[in-house]
Amino acid sequence: MSILAQVTTAAEAVALTAADQKSISAAGYAGLAYGLATLGPGIGIGYLVGQSVQAMARQPEAAGMVRTTMFLGIAFTEALALIGFVVFILLKFV
Amino acid sequence: MGATMTSPTHIDGDAPEAMIARDMVKKAAIVGPILIIAFGFIWGVHGALSTAYGLSIVVANFVLAAAMLTWAGRISPGFVMGAALFGYLIRLSLIFMAIWLVREASWVELVPLGITIVVTHLGLLFWEMKRVSLSIAYPGLKPTSASKESTSK
Repeated sequence: MSILAQVTTAAEAVALTAADQKSISAAGYAGLAYGLATLGPGIGIGYLVGQSVQAMARQPEAAGMVRTTMFLGIAFTEALALIGFVVFILLKFV
Repeated sequence: MGATMTSPTHIDGDAPEAMIARDMVKKAAIVGPILIIAFGFIWGVHGALSTAYGLSIVVANFVLAAAMLTWAGRISPGFVMGAALFGYLIRLSLIFMAIWLVREASWVELVPLGITIVVTHLGLLFWEMKRVSLSIAYPGLKPTSASKESTSK
């Protein structure tokens, strides 16, 4: 077998099919979408907790109520990230 | 003059997060079996197992969040901020790992698992929010141990 034929055979073995390339790019985009989905809730939780701590410092007697609503707010904001994560999992593996 | 404001070094009193998380676990114990049976009918035994797994992830997420915030609140309010943000990252990573590790297991159905995570997370939150907002708006309606004792008699 000539060297050229050997190189061609090796290249064919290594070359990705169009379907492989499509699935790799889809996985990349799904990961990017998940990253973006966690960005917004991260900013939201930072703002929410910052304001709650400020409220507790201003009115320590209302700390219980502030903490209750803060915890629920954190969980609601986190739901956005969870939805993004679930969509990522479903797009990637189903 | 002379009166100086001092910022609190830690948050006193009972931790409401722990109370909310405990209440949510109770609600999950009520809703969980219904959801498991319903998804079991649609997706079979694997669907029921995946639903139970998703439910346990959601409950563990709530309990872990409450534990971290309670622990941070006992140290300082500033630490609550750090615990909330890094706790968010840590808990999302744990959920990611929990699903990534079982994604190819024979008993996992990803569709009911995903639906369970989103539906139970939002459903339990709305249910709890309804109770909390009622007790904040009308504190007199908030169940107390005294009222529970009087109704049980």
